[in-house]
Amino acid sequence: MANRSYTSRRELDEHTFHPAVAVLVPVGFIILQALLPRPFPKLAILDLPLIATIFFAVGRRSPIAGTLTGAAIGLLQDALTNQYIGINGITKALIGYTAASIGFKVDVESITTRILMIFAFCLAQSGLLYLIQGNLLGQNIQMLWLHELLRAVVNTLIAVPIFYLLDRTKSDV
Amino acid sequence: MESFFVRFRNALVLVAVLLAQTILLAVQVRDLRGPSQADGRKVTLLRSWAAGAVAPFERVTALFGRGVRGNWNNYIDLRRTRQQNAELQKEVARLRLEQAEFAEDALQGRRLQALLAFREHYVNATVAAQVIGTSGVDSSKVLLIDKGADFGLKPDMAVITPDGIVGKLRDVFPHTAQVLEIDDPSSGAGVILASTRIRAIVRGGPDGRVQIGNLTADSRIKPGEEVLTSGGDQVFPRGLKVGTIESIAPDRDRQLYTLIRVHPAVNLSQLEEVLVITGTQAELPAAAQQDLAAGDAAAQQIKADAQKAEAQRAADLAAERLPSLTPPPNADGTPAATDDGASGGDPLHPPTASVKPVPALHPDRYSPGATPPAASLTPGGNNPNPAAAPASQQSAESPTSGDGEGSGESAAPRPKKAVTAEPTAGAAKKPATADAAAAAAKKPKTAPSAAVPAAKEPQR
Repeated sequence: MANRSYTSRRELDEHTFHPAVAVLVPVGFIILQALLPRPFPKLAILDLPLIATIFFAVGRRSPIAGTLTGAAIGLLQDALTNQYIGINGITKALIGYTAASIGFKVDVESITTRILMIFAFCLAQSGLLYLIQGNLLGQNIQMLWLHELLRAVVNTLIAVPIFYLLDRTKSDV
Repeated sequence: MESFFVRFRNALVLVAVLLAQTILLAVQVRDLRGPSQADGRKVTLLRSWAAGAVAPFERVTALFGRGVRGNWNNYIDLRRTRQQNAELQKEVARLRLEQAEFAEDALQGRRLQALLAFREHYVNATVAAQVIGTSGVDSSKVLLIDKGADFGLKPDMAVITPDGIVGKLRDVFPHTAQVLEIDDPSSGAGVILASTRIRAIVRGGPDGRVQIGNLTADSRIKPGEEVLTSGGDQVFPRGLKVGTIESIAPDRDRQLYTLIRVHPAVNLSQLEEVLVITGTQAELPAAAQQDLAAGDAAAQQIKADAQKAEAQRAADLAAERLPSLTPPPNADGTPAATDDGASGGDPLHPPTASVKPVPALHPDRYSPGATPPAASLTPGGNNPNPAAAPASQQSAESPTSGDGEGSGESAAPRPKKAVTAEPTAGAAKKPATADAAAAAAKKPKTAPSAAVPAAKEPQR
């Protein structure tokens, strides 16, 4: 059996969430994402499911949990669109895995790290979607990089306060 | 072996998840239906579960939003209602006129279609539905509506609003349905340009705007031209409004083609209610036929009114140009009676104008009738100032001086006298008046009024 030091970084930063929070927050974000663009069309630029994926992956520090959470959120998101089911699933599974892995290495509680991390993951998601749709599925996709950059900025600005709100739902291991 | 799985379990789980989803993608792609078509049975099941999980929340939210909006719009925000009502009434009047104009063309079009045995499809059954949600992804222009298979909806049914087309049904679930909007990159609709009659395909661009990309450069296509459905896609009935051409530019990716941006007739980003076309028929619906008949009747009425107005205008013009036209004399040579009632309906014989001199309050030598007749003046003599003379003296002088123009006029009001019947009218006018009277006497009295509109009729 592995003998962990109680003061190791992983154990200090590893958190759990109440099952209700773990289920309701991602589902709520997906529903909000489907609802908000109707009265406010510009809000379609948000990606609340991605923010939920990153937050739970970073909070749990478990790549497996991050992968599964990301895959579930992405699949549910795909099911509401006309796209092939799995596009967002693959993307968010990779994002969740990577976010959880990064959590081992850097202090993700710092605001600077969070901003950089969310911004980078937003751009990474756009790149992954482009690769999957263009190369894997052979669709004729035109990527508007300026728009994706704007999306990354907006999502970062939205994600920072959301992270602080969701921090209150954390409970230590 | 165990240590391998333990050591790399994170990566293995990731690979397994990715592999499973890749297989799922491969299964969907193998169907070759494309994102615009309804899914296969298994995938639809997944979407149905997802829609079933999300739809109740969306229904509640939409209901709440409608309630708040309804209270605001119906009870609080009524400031401009009266003005809007007046504007709408004006618009209704204008549209009635338009309808009357179009009704005749429509009837003619239908007659021609019947001659050509052309089968038109008219919308005869629709289901109204509320938009309760979106896909939530800006690259996927999909709406969720609150009606599904329980209302008889099926995939590929056209979705419209009174303003124009919205899209078509993609996946239909038991109580909800997905609408694929026309600005989605995977959508498409057969269209025709209204004035140039060029057929094309409209679809969503990568930037989420509606565009036509399958046309080569054509100088006849101009911005502002209306785009209508052509009916060739077997989804949208013919003639529904799609939008108007916004801009035309060369397609940078395909040199031969032009990229035509279309501004949708419907505000696709803020839809509240839509109509799903569930049935079409070859005959015009009964209500539309009634409207058409009403429009045709209104058109006939407008035409009759226009003819009457034209005749009246011609009569007025004739009256203006021939102010001294007198009624033709009777056969025995006596002047015709100038009874207003008798000549009132004859445009070429308008009632004659009468002179009613205005009496001067303080008559002086410049007052009408103040100047004594030339015959009574003595060169170098002591001519009396008529203004200073007593009114009785002036009135006594005036009957004796009936030659000059304006002679015999006095400051006192005179009885009403017709200009055309004035025997002291200028001598230069007499021949013209006599000619006109003679010309009029040769024609039947009612002929001119009927001849004016009849002569203009072929020009229309």
